[in-house]
Amino acid sequence: MTLLSILGMISSAIFSGTSLLYTTLGETIHQRSGIVNLGLEGVMLISASSGFAVTAITGNPYLGVFIAMMAGGIMNMILGFLVVTRRANQLASGLALMFFGFGLSAIIGKPYVGTRINALPRLNLPGLSSLPRLYSSLFKFDFLIILVIPAAFFVWWLLFRTRWGLGLRAVGESADTAFASGRSPFLIRYQALFLGGMLTGLGAAHLSIAYTINWTEYMTGGRGFIAVALVIFSKWHPLRAILGALLFSGAVAFQLLLQSSGVQISPFLLDTIPYILTLLVLIVWGGARRHAAPASLGRIYQGVE
Amino acid sequence: MSQNDKNMLKWNQIFQKILDSAARYLMMGFVVLFLFGIILLITGKDPIQSYKDILTSTLGSQYGFSEVIVTMTPMLITALAVALPTRIGLINIGGEGQLYMGALLATWGALTFETLPVWALVPLMGLLGIIGGALWAFIPGILKSLGLVNETIATLLLNLVAPSIVAYFVFGFWHSPMDTNKTPNFVDAAQLPTFFNSRIDLSFFIALVLLAIFWYLMKYTRWGLEMRAIGGNPQAAKRNGLPINKYWVIVLCIGGAIAGLAGAAQVSGFYGVLLVNFSRSLGYMGFLISWLSFGDPIGIFITSFVVSVIITGGNMLQLTIGIPYAVINILLALTLFVVLAKPTFLKRITI
Repeated sequence: MTLLSILGMISSAIFSGTSLLYTTLGETIHQRSGIVNLGLEGVMLISASSGFAVTAITGNPYLGVFIAMMAGGIMNMILGFLVVTRRANQLASGLALMFFGFGLSAIIGKPYVGTRINALPRLNLPGLSSLPRLYSSLFKFDFLIILVIPAAFFVWWLLFRTRWGLGLRAVGESADTAFASGRSPFLIRYQALFLGGMLTGLGAAHLSIAYTINWTEYMTGGRGFIAVALVIFSKWHPLRAILGALLFSGAVAFQLLLQSSGVQISPFLLDTIPYILTLLVLIVWGGARRHAAPASLGRIYQGVE
Repeated sequence: MSQNDKNMLKWNQIFQKILDSAARYLMMGFVVLFLFGIILLITGKDPIQSYKDILTSTLGSQYGFSEVIVTMTPMLITALAVALPTRIGLINIGGEGQLYMGALLATWGALTFETLPVWALVPLMGLLGIIGGALWAFIPGILKSLGLVNETIATLLLNLVAPSIVAYFVFGFWHSPMDTNKTPNFVDAAQLPTFFNSRIDLSFFIALVLLAIFWYLMKYTRWGLEMRAIGGNPQAAKRNGLPINKYWVIVLCIGGAIAGLAGAAQVSGFYGVLLVNFSRSLGYMGFLISWLSFGDPIGIFITSFVVSVIITGGNMLQLTIGIPYAVINILLALTLFVVLAKPTFLKRITI
């Protein structure tokens, strides 16, 4: 095992973890406002396909990223209409959104299967340019990777250091109380869904425009569900979400590391580690109140008639 | 008012109700067809012709109709796996994982005891499927009753683990010499008997029996009454001396067992082989169907039927006019959206 292979693994972990962290941050915002979005998988697919399509048509990856972001926000508006305005069951609505995403993304992406696009440019980090090319090319990151940690801090600031975030968390704990103190749970939940959808869209854009640089059906491969698990693992906290995303992408890197060093362990069993770890963490917390989910997560706010 | 008049009034009301809900579903159907028509037009297909094709290819031919039944069979079972725990207030979103574990154990049985005759091997596989699903549901059940982890989260997490375990066994040990992503075809004795010269197999009748048992249990037994009591108000049920923790574990395990049976039926009947990632969200579909029909057995049957017509029709459409299969997911999702949104215009048009 050489230094190069280890660095290569770290690099691939960073690339695969980025889309996951954006999506997890988005879902953190949803869930803090009291909405479980199980449709992330579908939202990601639509963002990834529309971003890819726009990049292929215009040749401009930045426009693609922007469209993917907007697509994510708009997709979540469907969920918002169902669960906020029409007061439908959140889990069922999320799953319906997932199926919608499976279908619509296939239509959007079909003409672009196998198309070559201008990927999001990878930037030279200052200081690394003196390294041999083989090494420095591993750490040429696009701007979405560079911005992902700041994005986590931004979400943290938004949720815990602004009045808007206070209102959002209040709605997630008790929508009635928040309403009584003069906030609109409807509006706040729509805003949370739109913002979260945009972050999800960023994650999906990174997947299709910067990381894999192609479009295939179902290319997200369960990342939407992984993000839901990571939100729980990180106790609904954006900064701990960084840790969660590292854990998952670390497991992927670890897998590659083991394979290259000749240790025979099934990658499929390693795949399960993040979920089992999440479950174990939940067991260790043991349902104590301070580790608990937002109190009205999944509940329907009936509003005032 | 005489008794006769009262009866008349009652029947009038029932008739009115049926008329109302018929009008409601008809309107919903139109909304869905309209929305999907727009999408078909955008992709350059003739919507009217497509709808005609869907209907004639499913309900219009014997083969198509049998395919609808084949498609709906696993949905009936996985929906039941969700509906039963719902009665007691448990949200089992883990049908997907339980299905995989049932399929896994059933496959182990099929590969290990392949010399057994069909009357022994098929029931054994069913039993193993039940055990696999029940064990997988036991984990969230026990965690819930100990007050450690919410069952929604636990079942969701376990859904993500199960397909990897199946993949581990198939790629690692069981794969056929030709294909690494599936086992060799099962011996004939490990395959469910089929009927009517079609792919309809025994599991369809098992599903119907299960639905009937579920309906009877819920309506006429003490057990069903106690479950509804716990689902309605767990605290009150506890004070009345019902062992709610025990109920939680047992009912979730039974739910898992049912989903596991669906998994066994899929590998033993539909495929005759264990494929990696075979389920295509059947467990999630069961959750949706159970929720849309409020856990009512007849509702489950009707909803599964409608969903299966859409899916089967879509499959045929893919062959005839060449739209991608995934488009059917859009039609399905639009249907779900409209049902979930409970449109208000329906209230206005009903008399």
